[in-house]
Amino acid sequence: LVEQRDSRGTELVVAEFHKKIKDAFEVFDHEANNTVDVREIRTIIRSLGCCPSEGELHDLIVEIEEEEPTGYIRFEKFLPVMTKVLLEKRYRPIPEDILLRSFEVLDPSKRGFLTKEELIKYMTEEGEPFSQEEMEEMLSAAIDPESNSIRYKDYIAMMVVDDG
Amino acid sequence: SGCGEDLLKAALVIQNWYRGYSARLKARQRYALTIFQSIEYADEQGQLQLSNFFSFMLENYTQIHKKDPELLARLFGSTLQDYKDRQDYVSHIDVPDSYHGPRLQFPLTFTDIDLLVEAFKQQQILHAHYVLEVLFETKKVLKQMPNFTHVKTSPSKELTICGKFQSRAAKLIFRSNGLPSGSNTYIFNGDFVDRGKHSIEILMILFVSFLVYPNDLHLNRGNHEDFMMNLRYGFTKEILHKYKIHGKKILQILEDVYTWLPIGTIIDSEILVIHGGISESTDLNLLHRIERNKMKSVLMSPIPLNEDHNNDLKKNKINTTIIPREVKTNGSLSEQLTKHEWEQVIDILWSDPRGKRGCYPNTSRGGGCYFGPDITSKVLNKYQLKMLIRSHECKPEGYEICHDGKVVTVFSASNYYEEGSNRGAYIKLCSGMNLRFFQYQVTKATCLRPLYQRVNTIESSAIRILKERMISRKTDLIHAFQLQDRSKSGKLPMGQWAFSMENVLGLNLPWRSLSPHLVTTDKSGNINYMSSFEDIHIQKPLKSGWSDGAQSTLIETLYRYRSDLQIIFNIIDSDHSGLISMEEFRAMWKLFNSHYSIHIDDFQIDDLAERMDLNKDGSIDFNEFLKAFYVVHKLDNVNKSDSKLA
Repeated sequence: LVEQRDSRGTELVVAEFHKKIKDAFEVFDHEANNTVDVREIRTIIRSLGCCPSEGELHDLIVEIEEEEPTGYIRFEKFLPVMTKVLLEKRYRPIPEDILLRSFEVLDPSKRGFLTKEELIKYMTEEGEPFSQEEMEEMLSAAIDPESNSIRYKDYIAMMVVDDG
Repeated sequence: SGCGEDLLKAALVIQNWYRGYSARLKARQRYALTIFQSIEYADEQGQLQLSNFFSFMLENYTQIHKKDPELLARLFGSTLQDYKDRQDYVSHIDVPDSYHGPRLQFPLTFTDIDLLVEAFKQQQILHAHYVLEVLFETKKVLKQMPNFTHVKTSPSKELTICGKFQSRAAKLIFRSNGLPSGSNTYIFNGDFVDRGKHSIEILMILFVSFLVYPNDLHLNRGNHEDFMMNLRYGFTKEILHKYKIHGKKILQILEDVYTWLPIGTIIDSEILVIHGGISESTDLNLLHRIERNKMKSVLMSPIPLNEDHNNDLKKNKINTTIIPREVKTNGSLSEQLTKHEWEQVIDILWSDPRGKRGCYPNTSRGGGCYFGPDITSKVLNKYQLKMLIRSHECKPEGYEICHDGKVVTVFSASNYYEEGSNRGAYIKLCSGMNLRFFQYQVTKATCLRPLYQRVNTIESSAIRILKERMISRKTDLIHAFQLQDRSKSGKLPMGQWAFSMENVLGLNLPWRSLSPHLVTTDKSGNINYMSSFEDIHIQKPLKSGWSDGAQSTLIETLYRYRSDLQIIFNIIDSDHSGLISMEEFRAMWKLFNSHYSIHIDDFQIDDLAERMDLNKDGSIDFNEFLKAFYVVHKLDNVNKSDSKLA
């Protein structure tokens, strides 16, 4: 997005961010009452192009939630927090080359692939572990059915094109 | 940094990236669903607004009064023209020996249900003789039923509730949950006929099951059990295609059968099951009493009984115009519901629950209202009910609970808009209020495709129909863009582009997020607004030698209104011959032109009429003609657009 230096320019930028955030929020706001389920808020934040870790997400949600958590997030609370995140360009997405290098770290013998068992092990035991659903979902697209392994270079290339 | 730390970092990166990617996929899926839904509701609204046109037509189309009293009767829901008694009619239809489809035996038994289900699997078509027998019999039995069926659950008997029952889900539901029977009670909560290709087969299975187990199978009327809706959404076409000789008769009887479908079911005096919803004025006592069969169609609002019909022209919930009193109909005024009664039924069939308190006109559909949790509480309390189960809206998970657990939506048609668009669900209920939800998704493939492929499918399908919407409003869109583009640069800032799109198309969509699919943007982030129209155009009918330029507005108009025109023509063509006379066409088109404020000259209309008379015999096969207008997506391999909502 264009960096505007004058204050009116910033106003425009902010106004556009507001609309963008509102659009993303509304699509998940089933009852059209300006609240969404807290479980959907993670999807919404990520769909706006941000890539917070689970830990960072947890902190954000604490900021957005009510004093007494209701399981719902109100738009009025979400908007200012999210606008700041976008303005400050926090939680930028990971560049493709870093992603590739990470896979390579998991494949020290440089075979060019990971076995299904290896990927499952790393994703469900290290870092911020995947749930079973997340693991299955990732496998369904990542696995090359002929070799039953994950050819990570091809996988990344495919995902990046698709992600737009 | 040791090895372990590197591993940890690498895992974190991959997990983080994947979660972001997965979230964006889910958002795209949701956006696609929003597009489908907006367009569906906008179409429904267009449908309801047709009634304005019908009234207008009657005020001005004086020839009808004199020449075609049948048309009036048709439009204003008075008693159908006499059709022969069932014995007479059905007995004259022979079932030839060469017919290898199912042969039903009356009185029907469970073997006939099995027979039909088997035949359905084999793609056989039930002979018109049996279809008509079933319809006559169904009407006879339905007539004896009250407006609301009262059902009791028992510990041994489970009750299954389905909403929007379509053929592919039907197979799945019957297979996993069993066919209807004395020990397996079902409630079908409306919309049994719709965009599937096998609506008549499903309907026959439902009606036959109903005739065998009238106390264990309950059918509630939905907004699609309405012959006007069928004209737009293809059920009429399905019947006329499968039953070339007797199709018209089947349609006639079906219209009648619809009106006898009960309005709802009440379970254990606690749970109200209706198709749409309620409004703040919902009066169950009144609804128990009305003569429900007088509700012919949502498009036919009643003629006012009183002197000052001017009062009725005030804003009411739906955009229907009240027909002036001067118009005489064949039927008497007692053939209709009062306006109040009619609105009560519309509310039941068309309303949607929302989180906002209060009751508001349902502006996206154009009929019924939006009702809030306070309305739900008020109405449920008034009648000592505990819950409302309804259908009417597609939900991504096949069901949804809202209003603090008091309102449940159940939607049984999985993949309603497109392969992968949503799950379907049904509810099982036994004594006490333990609702169990069963979800599923019917898929052509033997195993589920990866998420990104499914999302790509529904996303491209949604964008496609959205672009078709855009091209049908091309002139208006360009006009709106150019108004804001003073410098004639061909570019607009995002905000202005989004505003125009929303305004002209009347669709409340996340335009900013959708813009990459619809337009190109320059380096400064401004929209090249003409780029939407570069890879798509409306195909002109091949035969007629249309020239470019002057005709393009006419073509766009014909494309844009083709569904409405089809309905109007179908109404005029009361004998379902597929043909109307040139005279009728010219007169009708002139009215259409002036009512919808389309700027097309008289000579263009005459020219159009000439072109439509393809074999120069003074009559127009309008279905053929309208079929010729379709959208070509240049980047497609396939020529014809086969999007489901077109």
